[in-house]
Amino acid sequence: MHKEEIYRVRSPYREDMVIQGYRFGKGEPAACIVGAIRGNEVQQMYVCSQLIRELKELETNGCINAGKKIMVIPVVNGMGVNIGKRFFGVEDMDINRSFPGMDKGDTTSRIAYEIFDEIKEYTYGIQLTSFYMTGEFVPHVRMMETGYQNASLANLFGLPYVVVRKPTPLDTKTLNYNWQNDNTAAFSLYTNKNDSIDEDSANQAVSAVLRFLTRMGIIRYESHSGYISHVLMEDDLTDVYVEKGGIFRSFVKPGEYVRYGYPIAEIRDPYEGFIKQAVIAPTSGIVFFAHTEALIAQGDMAYRLIHRLHQ
Amino acid sequence: MIEEVFSIELPVGERLVINKNRITGKRPLNKRIAIVTGIHGDEFEGQYICYEMARRIMEAQEMLNGIVDFYPALNPLGLDAADHKIPKLGMDLNRMFPGKKDGAMMERVAAAIVEDISGADMCLDLHASDIFVKEIPQVRVSEEFAEDLLPYARLLNTDMVWMNATATVHESTLAHTMNMLGVPSMVVEMGVGTRIDRGYGDQVVEGIFRLMKELKMWEGPVADIHYPAISTDGEVEFIRSDTIGVFFPAIAHNHYVQKGDKLGEIVSPLEGRVLEEIRAQKSGLVFTLREYPFVREGSLLARILTGIEEG
Repeated sequence: MHKEEIYRVRSPYREDMVIQGYRFGKGEPAACIVGAIRGNEVQQMYVCSQLIRELKELETNGCINAGKKIMVIPVVNGMGVNIGKRFFGVEDMDINRSFPGMDKGDTTSRIAYEIFDEIKEYTYGIQLTSFYMTGEFVPHVRMMETGYQNASLANLFGLPYVVVRKPTPLDTKTLNYNWQNDNTAAFSLYTNKNDSIDEDSANQAVSAVLRFLTRMGIIRYESHSGYISHVLMEDDLTDVYVEKGGIFRSFVKPGEYVRYGYPIAEIRDPYEGFIKQAVIAPTSGIVFFAHTEALIAQGDMAYRLIHRLHQ
Repeated sequence: MIEEVFSIELPVGERLVINKNRITGKRPLNKRIAIVTGIHGDEFEGQYICYEMARRIMEAQEMLNGIVDFYPALNPLGLDAADHKIPKLGMDLNRMFPGKKDGAMMERVAAAIVEDISGADMCLDLHASDIFVKEIPQVRVSEEFAEDLLPYARLLNTDMVWMNATATVHESTLAHTMNMLGVPSMVVEMGVGTRIDRGYGDQVVEGIFRLMKELKMWEGPVADIHYPAISTDGEVEFIRSDTIGVFFPAIAHNHYVQKGDKLGEIVSPLEGRVLEEIRAQKSGLVFTLREYPFVREGSLLARILTGIEEG
């Protein structure tokens, strides 16, 4: 393992934020894994740290294939992590909306530029990331439909689902989009947590990445074959929005099967406790995403369901 | 007349409400102009302009020919908390247009705003700068719509019109959305975040009356206006910090400088010494100047409009 400094952000009042890369193997840039680009992506950082631990052992045992180089960047926005801020700096900028960045741009743009310059040559790019809404997902691999995406490659992670998303103008500034545009096969890997650690889900993510690296001939690692992934278009998910604001009590979790017409949550009045709305499943299927906060506003998304899919 | 454009229920005992003030003059079917502001909750310059415009029109309503709609608070939660973004969600409302009628809460807000403005003959989106830099009054139009908008933009009594080519950013903004829907829309920017400069406000108010005169919506007297410098991205010189520290400007905002003039210095409070002297690389008008003292590498210190002479 070789530890290298990718970029250093200085601050007059704090210690430098050093973005560290951990390199394994030598040769062609085969796979790069990036963790906490946002300051609340604790689970993502944890997954990367566990990957580094595994890869270190694999390298010691000679299990990184010859001529293959792997890079892991566990934390990008370390300053944000330490003060519990999702975005970077006083400007509150999302580094994952700053790619490919500019070498003479603002601070966030420079961070993105330096990282991207370091990792754009990799054949495979894996980003552990999070959704802008707070909630839990079933673990899945997400790809953007840029024309360069390859869903069958995403299957090789062996996670239950692969989601293909049509990019919006804002997505064009993400790492995933820019990786793909630069001919890296890019995957975003979602586990079920962000700002806390779920050991099972983290282990599943570590295994998925190691499985993928094995199948792409980058490492030698014996693991379970995982799932034959179900491939979904994001637009085909059934979104459940609530019509009342209040206290949200969910009856189902991500991965559970729900039946059409059955109650899946209720919204209670925050003052008097009565049920303001019984949230009814609009279709039968699997819960793909669930709102997890105690409160919910009218119009917020409570669930995303995989229409007519059985367990 | 105060009208509720849209409301949606928050979790606990409150609605998010978007209000507008519709002032109707003679021949209401003649033309309609929408004056919107408060998309960013830390930008208050538009508050004064809405007040002053409404006050003056109501004093001489017989001079109004058509309808003026004022929307002073498109992001009311942000304005209440002086938050640039949407509180809690952490997203920029001006990256969410055209919104989605059956989407999440703020997507519905965005869609309702677009629906309400649709059909207007002109839309002005008033912004202050953020809290970091101070701007002279300027109109920003994307190059895509510049040909149609420039004749109107010149009338707004600003010091500058900046034709900006960053399409990625523009595509999700209110102004871009309205232009795509056939409502000529311009972004007016001035001042600095969380402050109101009434001088700038009065300048733009005169310009809006001049524009309304051109649109045959205002029969009252209008003040003489001055015409702006028209610039493209290539004529704007960005000056960024190469170090970290505290910035002290050495010049006034809205000031002509010659190449080599000192613009300011960055100092170290800890060491008691000047770390960097900032000098103009080109001659021109300093139309942007840093207000927020703390800087990192890459922080914007000033922008100079080159290729114009001191008038």
